Formats: sequence, C-alpha cells, structure tokens
Amino acid sequence: MINKMAVNVAGVDFKNPLITASGTFGYGREYEQFFSLDKLGGISIKGTTDKPRMGNLSPRIAETPMGMLNSVGLENPGIDYFVEKTLPWLLTKNTTIVANIAGSTPEACAEVAEKLDATDIHMIELNISCPNVKQGGAAFGTSAKAAYEVVSKVRQKTKKPLMVKLSPNVTSIVEIAKAAQSAGADALSLINTLLGMRIDINSKRPILRNNVGGLSGPAILPVAIRMVWQVYRAVDIPIVGGGGISSAEDAIEMMIAGASAFQVGTAIFTDPYTPINILNDIDKWMTENNIKNINEIVGTVLEW
Amino acid sequence: MIKAIAEIIKKDCLQSGTYSFILKNKQVAQEAKPGQFINILIDGFTLRRPISICEIFEDSIRIVFAVRGKGTAKMAEWDVGKKVDIIAPLGNGFKDAASGEKLLVVGGGIGTPPLLELAKRSNYVKSILGFRNKDMVILEEDYKKQGTTVVCTDDGSYGENGFVTKFLIQSLETEKFDRIAACGPKPMLKAIAEIANKYNVFCEISLEERMACGVGACLGCQCIIEKDGKKQSAHVCKDGPVFKSCEVLL
Repeated sequence: MINKMAVNVAGVDFKNPLITASGTFGYGREYEQFFSLDKLGGISIKGTTDKPRMGNLSPRIAETPMGMLNSVGLENPGIDYFVEKTLPWLLTKNTTIVANIAGSTPEACAEVAEKLDATDIHMIELNISCPNVKQGGAAFGTSAKAAYEVVSKVRQKTKKPLMVKLSPNVTSIVEIAKAAQSAGADALSLINTLLGMRIDINSKRPILRNNVGGLSGPAILPVAIRMVWQVYRAVDIPIVGGGGISSAEDAIEMMIAGASAFQVGTAIFTDPYTPINILNDIDKWMTENNIKNINEIVGTVLEW
Repeated sequence: MIKAIAEIIKKDCLQSGTYSFILKNKQVAQEAKPGQFINILIDGFTLRRPISICEIFEDSIRIVFAVRGKGTAKMAEWDVGKKVDIIAPLGNGFKDAASGEKLLVVGGGIGTPPLLELAKRSNYVKSILGFRNKDMVILEEDYKKQGTTVVCTDDGSYGENGFVTKFLIQSLETEKFDRIAACGPKPMLKAIAEIANKYNVFCEISLEERMACGVGACLGCQCIIEKDGKKQSAHVCKDGPVFKSCEVLL
C-alpha cells in the first residue's frame, strides 16, 4: 500500500510531512518519553555550531499573546559532540534526521557542513536566520548578497541535500529565497522567529536578559503562510513551511500555501502530543475529503 | 513523568493572592519526590506554568502558588472538580531524607511550599520561614507540625523581625545540622549558599527560572553551574530545580 502521507523534499524521503522544528525538540530524547519518534516525518535537531556554545544569559523565555519569545542563543555542544555522541543514536530512530546548523562566519558554517558530509545524516538545514546571535545568524539572512555567499560556501563543502532556513525579519523574503536558490540550495525552510521584545512595566527591564528575542507560536502563523505563499510563487525548489502551526488545519493551510512539508515547534511546549494529534487529524481530514495523497494539496491555493 | 489529567479535590486561599490546590492523580503522586514540580496547561496560553510540589499523598499532590500574572490569575479562578492538564512529576528534587539526619529548612515567601514535603519526611527538622510582612505568611501551621519553626518578617509585622539569614546563622551557631534545604528569591539563596559554605553544611537550593518546555528540550531555563573548576550550562527544569548550593553560580 502506498503511504498517502509520504513526501519527498529535494530527494529526501519523509514518511509524513511533519518535521519537529529546530530548537523546540532537542534531539528527541525528552519527547521519546511521550511517544515513539518513528511516528514523526522528521526531526530537525537543535541548531549546531562548529564549537560548543553556552548561549545567552537567562531569562531566555517570555510569554506573549498566543506565542512566546526566546533568546536561547544557539546553546549547543558543538558539531563534534553531536556527530560522535548523538547522531548514531538518532539514526536508529527510524525517522528522517535533519541537521540544523549555524555559524558566526560562512567558513564556520561550511566547516560544520563538511563534518556532516561524512556522516549518514539525511539532510542539512542551514540556519541563516537566528535572531539571537550577535554575529552571523540573522546577519546572513537579511541581505541577499550575504545569503548567497554563505549558501555557496556551504554548498561547496557538502553533497547532502541542503535546505536553507530563512529569516522573516527582512524587507523582501523573496529576494533572499532567490539568492539561496541560485547559490545552490536544494530546498528552503521558512520562517524562523520574528524579532520581538517585552518589558516589565514595574522594573522597566526587558523580560529577556538579551533584551530582544524571537517570536514564535500561533501568533506568527499568518506571517508564515504569507511568506511561504510568496516564496512558492518565486522559486523552483521545495519549501518546508513553519511558524505557528498548532493544528492539522494550520498544517494543511501551510501546504496549500505551497509547503511540501511543515515544521511544528512551539505548540509542542503547550502539548507534547501536538505532532501526533496533527498527524491523526490530517489522516482523518484526508479520508473525509477523499484525498489519496497529501502531495496533491501542495500549492493549491486559489488566490484572488 | 507523564502528561495526565488531575482533578482539583481541594482548594484553599492561604492569603490574598496565594492559593493551595490538592490535585488527584495516583500515578503522579506515586512517582513524585520532594522538590519536583509539575507543568500546568491553562487554556488560551502558549506556555504551561511550572509549579513546585508542596506535599505528596497516597493518590494526590498539593501545590501552592501565588498570582503573578494573567496565567496564575486564571488558575486562581479554578475550583474543586476542575480537571487540570499537567505534565508531572518533573525535574530533580532534593536528596532523600535519611534517618538520624538533622535538616534545616529555609524558605522565603512563595519559596516555602517546595520544602514542606522534605520537611515531612525528615525525622528532625527545624524550619525558618521568611516573609515580607504579616499578610504574606503562609504554611506556618504545616511546618510547625514537623518541628521547631521560626517565622520572620522583613518589617517585623509578624513573628521575628529580620531576614531568614539572621536566624539561619543563629541556628547554625547553636546547633549542629547535617543539611540545609532552601528556596526563595535569588539574593536570599545567594546569602544562604555563602553561610552554608562558611559553616560547612551540605546545602541544596531550589531555583526558579522562566521555562518553555519543562522537560529539558528547549534549553530556555539555563543556569550556570561550576564543576571541577569549569563553568557549565545546566537547565533548571531537567538538571534542577534543586541544585547543590556549592555548584550553582547565582
């Protein structure tokens, strides 16, 4: 029997279109206490850099209406630790593993990609959009020229399918998307978090020790849908859509806007079973609407 | 650790803005240890609210919380019969109580509830509870049942006048204790850690930090610990909330 939920993104097979978003799911260890990881289409790992990073000072979390801010700042044990200690375990989990990587220079990103090239990882997701690190991160993602440069450098060092994660904190995401495509990206993922801020009115201190942080959660869904729709019309490579998805309806909407697969993140904090619930509800929706293959709906928006 | 439904079977208002719930769920109650916490879903809010466990019974647990914002204000409206979605029990609690051990408990304000279950399990406990003023005093009777209890207020409006540190030093000067367990505001914990170090008493402190996932995945609630002379990252939800006071940098 054909798996009606299976998708393929840039040559990479996912048993279903749901990928847990980087930074919200660690490496899956904690959530394995709730459900088997083989239920997931894929896991995008915690953003990984060339060297270990301590991240930003606490507080790193602030709640917002229908969402949250974070300023974790890419805390991670570094690529060598990941490749040696975590990846072998992850590869036994019978799901597609996407390595989310970042760096403070194009060379640092390329070095991480090169180290992954020698492993059995299924896909690389280059984060050019982290709003929480001073150098690199978002700086690459907010100019087409810088995006082109970093994607080219990484492309030269890896044959792995390369997905580039885009920042929404730009004037034209289409321009950055096109730059990433022409630099050799095989796929795009969008959106990363939107830069935001909250202030405690009594102390007049920003709630985040980093002052600013990335906004995620249901509040950003319409921004993500709009950007996926815009980018889908402008590029030829597949898109993994994410940002605020918390239900099957949100996920289906994202695919209709143009996403070949989707990421779920912040909603997992609200309910760890969100990925399982979304998959069950999509299945039900497909049956009710006589949809034989989930790929049928991708980019089917009937715009006015 | 499970995601579970727990029914509120008792609700009390301890002081204006401070509430006590007894939540019924046998599996959670049987797994729970002193110092652990639960993460509570509130409809309409993205993030759960982490609240420490105050007491553990056969098939229920008690939590005590203060209204601090919109989420806890919503919780305060809940009543007996409400079925609450929780993830529990979470984190690492206090070292188990050992018989023959003399425990000194030091709690400040809304930091007093997480220490009660440990106090109950100790053969010998002295409790020092500090509050801003008379209107903030909670759990005095609960602690008095466990042993000698000193209640102090910053303004002297109830009990002894002064900070908990004053009575902690007095206690350590007059009696030999094997361990200290503390919870409260960071400056208080910092002072207690220094005193414990000076008197060379094993001391654990329970920390609070803004959290998202509550299970160790998002890395939102970092604190810095020092082990073997090296600074390391730890996370309050998974590595804590209880840490050895000599290891955590406050």
